[in-house]
Amino acid sequence: MKTFLNRNRSHTRIKEKLIKGILFLASLCSVFITGGIVFILVTQSLPFFKTVSLTQFFLDTQWTPLFSDAHYGIWPLISGTFLTTSIALGLAIPMGIIMALFLSEYAKTNVREMIKPALELLSAVPTVVYGYFALLFITPLLQNWIPSLSGFNVLSAGLTMGMMIIPFISSLSEDAFHAVPMSLREGSYAMGATRLQTAVRVVIPAAFSGVTASVILGISRAVGETMIVAIAAGMQPNFTWNPLEPAQTLTAYIVQVSLGDLPHGTLGYHTIFVAGLTLFLITFVFNVIGHTFRLKFREMY
Amino acid sequence: MTPLKNIIRKNKFLDFLFIVLSSFFLLFSLLMLTLLILDLAVTGLPRISWAFLFSFPSRFADKAGILSAWVGTTCVMGVTALTAIPLGIASGIYLEEYAQKNWMMHLIEINISNLASVPSIVFGLMALGIFVYTLGLGHSILSAGLTLGLLILPIVICTTREAIRAVPGYIREASYAVGATQWQTIRDHILPYSTGGILTGIMIALCRAIGETAPLITIGALTFIAFLPHSLLDPFTVMPIQMFNWTSRPQEAFHVNAAATGIILLGMTLSMNAVAIYVRTSFRKKIQW
Repeated sequence: MKTFLNRNRSHTRIKEKLIKGILFLASLCSVFITGGIVFILVTQSLPFFKTVSLTQFFLDTQWTPLFSDAHYGIWPLISGTFLTTSIALGLAIPMGIIMALFLSEYAKTNVREMIKPALELLSAVPTVVYGYFALLFITPLLQNWIPSLSGFNVLSAGLTMGMMIIPFISSLSEDAFHAVPMSLREGSYAMGATRLQTAVRVVIPAAFSGVTASVILGISRAVGETMIVAIAAGMQPNFTWNPLEPAQTLTAYIVQVSLGDLPHGTLGYHTIFVAGLTLFLITFVFNVIGHTFRLKFREMY
Repeated sequence: MTPLKNIIRKNKFLDFLFIVLSSFFLLFSLLMLTLLILDLAVTGLPRISWAFLFSFPSRFADKAGILSAWVGTTCVMGVTALTAIPLGIASGIYLEEYAQKNWMMHLIEINISNLASVPSIVFGLMALGIFVYTLGLGHSILSAGLTLGLLILPIVICTTREAIRAVPGYIREASYAVGATQWQTIRDHILPYSTGGILTGIMIALCRAIGETAPLITIGALTFIAFLPHSLLDPFTVMPIQMFNWTSRPQEAFHVNAAATGIILLGMTLSMNAVAIYVRTSFRKKIQW
């Protein structure tokens, strides 16, 4: 009896170790993915920087790598990305934060439980559907008011993107507002403050790092958004700050090149990895800052 | 006395104004969602027929259909689910139940949260370099499925961890007290209790993958396929790419096709989301701590 138990026990112990090992390997997977991303982006970008100097890359104001008169200045793509992102956030930040304040400070529980999932549906809509909506609904609508608006333009792409990001900002901010201890609010109410005064002077400052995190992660989402801009903003690298004109973002450039049949290993093929690397670095910086704020907020309460 | 009353009146008015403004914003965003659905439905619904569902794409808009697109989507989703679900659940269990707090686990956690916000098109570039060219899988269903699987992995991991974290500690203690090993505890107690949360996460993750377009364009999905795949290494197209292709054509008739594809796509993602929300609430009601 005793030996049977012992044998059984050592058998179990090996099995336990084996399972733990397998699960550990699975959890390492995510590290390999990041490693793979960095490795591919860097190694595939290197051949490009062997041909094109960094001064050309950063100082030229034209991006026409596939033309016979090739220019390799990254700025038109950056300006396009910056422009769509700013328009999207110009809409999404105020709307997202105000809606979050309303849901956490004003709305009754049953109203909140109904509205929150409905808002989350906004971010569940596939981006290609948003692209269709921006090109064939928002743009014609805006053309009624702004006749000079071109068929492909940054404005409607940006506004539609803003719509998509609203639930992202509002749900993260609402979590942050929700985590502010009730005692802080009660103190403010006891001094005779209204809900708005409490919200603006007590809740927002207390949840500030959480709100900042939501905004920064929203920026990162907007910078990486692809299909809306690829469909509605046009495909011309255009160094402009005018939202009524077409422009191209880093992401849309990658889509444009991938749609054509560019041979593996040519300079044009490597440019998409250069655009990807630039995109990865920009979003990486925002993600790190955003997550730092988020952790800081979690520690506070 | 009057100035004080004035201040109170002003503050109450501002409070009221805020309610009006925020309700307007809420209604506005819900209205936009409704408009989007209506716009697609009005243009696209009349186009949907058996012929549309069971025809291949064509140069003629009125003869074109989405057969190869939805078959492609189904195959790609199969590979995606087989990649992301086991990997995601396994790694969620390890991080929540086994991992000690040390620098390595800290690194993995930061890494996962960063990975969740890497733009999807960057995953596509990684897949182009690794799956398509280094491993030689080509522009195939397998490459696409793996790419989307890795893309949604962080979502599956995070939701699995949240679901497991919600199981109270005394369940584990009770199990250990009667002599169960760690794995027995997880298999027989933790996992059954967290099934609801994990299923919700999987559903939301797959819903994201169905609508994903950009990474599949970078790994070379075709936009015109007039045959059905025979193996996982065959070229493919999926519904979002078919819709993208029709949207970017100038002819109005193709836009109608795009709208029809869009409304089907939207129906799929929104109903999956609704099911996910339903599963979450029904499991929440069933288990009460």
